Amino acid sequence: MNKMYLLAVGLLLFFSCGKEKTNAGEDFTKASSTETSSDPSSYDPKRGEGKFTTVDLGTGLDVAMASEGEKVAGVKCMSCHKLTDERLVGPGWKGVTERRTPEWIMNFSTNPDPMIDKDPELQAQLELCLVRMPNQALTDDDARHILEYMRQNDGVK
Amino acid sequence: MKSRLLKITSAVVLIAAFMGSCKPKNTSDTVSGDAAQKAYVAPGKYDEFYNFVSGGFSGQLSVYGLPSGRLFRVIPVFSVDPEKGWGYSEETKPMLNTSHGFVPWDDLHHTEMSQTNGEVDGRWVFGNANNTPRIARIDLKTFKTAEIIELPNSGGNHSSPFITENTEYVVAGTRFSVPGDYENGDVPINTYKENYKGHISFVKVGKEGEMDIAFQIMTPGVNFDLSHAGKGKSHGWFFFSCYNTEQANTLLEVNASQKDKDFIMAVNWKKAEEYVKAGKGKKQKVRYAHNTWDEHTHTAKSEIKTEVLVLDASELKDICYMIPCPKSPHGCDVDPTGEYIIGSGKLAALIPVFSYDKLQKAIKDKAYEGDYGGIPVLKYEAVLHGEVQKPGLGPLHTEFDGKGNAYTTMFVSSEVVKWDIKSLKVLDRVPTYYSVGHLCIPGGDSKKPFGKYLVAYNKITKDRYLPTGPELCQSAQIYDISGDKMQLILDFPTIGEPHYAQAAPADLIRNNGQLKFYKLEDNKHPYAAKGEKEAKVVREGNKVHVYMTSMRSHFAPDNIEGVFLGDEVYFHVTNLEQDWDVPHGFAVKGADNGELLIMPGETTTLKWVPDRVGTFPFYCTDFCSALHQEMQGYIRVSPKGANVPLHYSLGTNFPAGK
Repeated sequence: MNKMYLLAVGLLLFFSCGKEKTNAGEDFTKASSTETSSDPSSYDPKRGEGKFTTVDLGTGLDVAMASEGEKVAGVKCMSCHKLTDERLVGPGWKGVTERRTPEWIMNFSTNPDPMIDKDPELQAQLELCLVRMPNQALTDDDARHILEYMRQNDGVK
Repeated sequence: MKSRLLKITSAVVLIAAFMGSCKPKNTSDTVSGDAAQKAYVAPGKYDEFYNFVSGGFSGQLSVYGLPSGRLFRVIPVFSVDPEKGWGYSEETKPMLNTSHGFVPWDDLHHTEMSQTNGEVDGRWVFGNANNTPRIARIDLKTFKTAEIIELPNSGGNHSSPFITENTEYVVAGTRFSVPGDYENGDVPINTYKENYKGHISFVKVGKEGEMDIAFQIMTPGVNFDLSHAGKGKSHGWFFFSCYNTEQANTLLEVNASQKDKDFIMAVNWKKAEEYVKAGKGKKQKVRYAHNTWDEHTHTAKSEIKTEVLVLDASELKDICYMIPCPKSPHGCDVDPTGEYIIGSGKLAALIPVFSYDKLQKAIKDKAYEGDYGGIPVLKYEAVLHGEVQKPGLGPLHTEFDGKGNAYTTMFVSSEVVKWDIKSLKVLDRVPTYYSVGHLCIPGGDSKKPFGKYLVAYNKITKDRYLPTGPELCQSAQIYDISGDKMQLILDFPTIGEPHYAQAAPADLIRNNGQLKFYKLEDNKHPYAAKGEKEAKVVREGNKVHVYMTSMRSHFAPDNIEGVFLGDEVYFHVTNLEQDWDVPHGFAVKGADNGELLIMPGETTTLKWVPDRVGTFPFYCTDFCSALHQEMQGYIRVSPKGANVPLHYSLGTNFPAGK
């Protein structure tokens, strides 16, 4: 009986998932609202939301990575952020690696929209800045390099 | 004289009778209960088809959804478009260059989608400029005009841009025969018969879409109207309707309606290719522009070409054949099997259907009734499959549903008529509102029509919508053709005066690798500023180049000083956004130009020549954030020779100064 019930539930889940998916590829098949449709109660404010679960920072600063990060940030970030604690369009970067986990930073920089919708601190920040951080289409490597640049900015040697 | 008067009178009576019987009692007649449901696409849901509709005298291409009739976008092609800065920005100006210089407007008549194996493939849409003859290719990854080629020896590029089943060629037939560009055109107009020639251009399409005029065929002077390529068994052939075979040069509405039959010209383009290879063409001195868009530099370039290869149809006897066709043929359509060629005489009271197999046999048997300017004229009966009797008045265009049915628009009697291609029996007819021209069934001129919807494009709209003064929108009407009977489900307004349109399944287009934004790292624009640290102002003589960036919600720099009267200022604005759907705009006071609309990751340039001393604001025209209104800046213009150093800044306030 129990088994039948589980099977039925399993099938239901299967079908309901199958309906949402199409094989047409890429973001074009998603309705605009699906990005924010997952359950907010499962949101982890320490890690944020996105593909990064653990980020290995190593022992000290990777200077080469930080320098790459500086380049990318120059193109994609510095029109809105200062390296000090002063707010420009977005908040200053000073101390960000002490306030946030590495996972949170990498998830937010690559997946900002869903996090802005769920993260209580980001929502409070939005009330101050009034500009949602744009998705700047960073690659995973870009995000990692920028994180290293932020660490350098925070005095990591 | 008497008999002509009688003819005209009876025609008028007949037309009046038809009009009277078709005119609905009110504008909502003939719409049944479930029509709205069939056209309804709920908010957030997608349409089944993209519909690419020519903008006629607007010169642009509009993109609608089917079956909702929702307008998604207007793509600028042949006319300047202030909304997108098309023809105003320095990068786009070369796209509208011609041998006559910059031409800011044209008349986009027909649209044609690229095909592979006779099926629409979703890569490109081609469009023709009727007035200053050109063909454009619109890239469906970017929904942007990627290329425009001008056509020499032509006037009124009407019978284009029709396409062969693997997009080998796009053709363009001249509507007005004219003296060739390589001859002295300064001749008396009444020497039409001697000095005027028709030229049909075969434009080769490369793998990436790049266009090049492979050859032209010179024909006797007639007016070419429309055309279609053969397909399947008739692949290798092209068919062009011609009128004014009387070769009149004045009052054509009478003088080009003298003969009972004009022609459909059948062209064996494979044979023409052989003659080109065999060196039978003549190279002629002409001038035409070829304009191409570079996706990496976000910039167009224009090149003037000076030579074209011309084949003479009167010398090369087996490339062109004339099929007699009643009367003043307009539409010339080939069914999905490639066997049937349908001519539609604007003034004919029947629709002749020709057979490709019979055409081949007639040519083999030399079943000629004479020649026309050196081109063999086939016997009508020898090529005819049959005639559709009493289809309606003023047959214009025919499309197909892939189930053996043809749908023909009737301009004079304002209706669409469905008929069986083999038996030639009329199966159904529905009224249109009013004076229908072209029609479109998604894939309806390909080997594989998606015979679910039919859209009729009407010339007259009076009483369909709320009036807007003497000028009204044109209207399109969607019919559900999935059943035996056609059912009107929606009408929607269109821009300009739409001529042809094409449609394809939505997934074919939106999943073809659509561009969402330009990657900053791939931006090869010579004046790009990749990041605010590259924002700067550089003086070169009297030219001032502003390398400006935009990011929600500010420009960098936003204060510029040290510009003098007599300077030319070039605002090169790079949009630093890398997010979908966040263009930025740019406009500066007093510009005798347009605005810029810059896509994420793109660089675009506005040339501004200040006409007075003063301080001029600039701002972003496209709303992006709550602080949009704050996205602004100032440029100061000083008298020539003033002692104001060139200076630019962002976020820096100086002590009050001069």
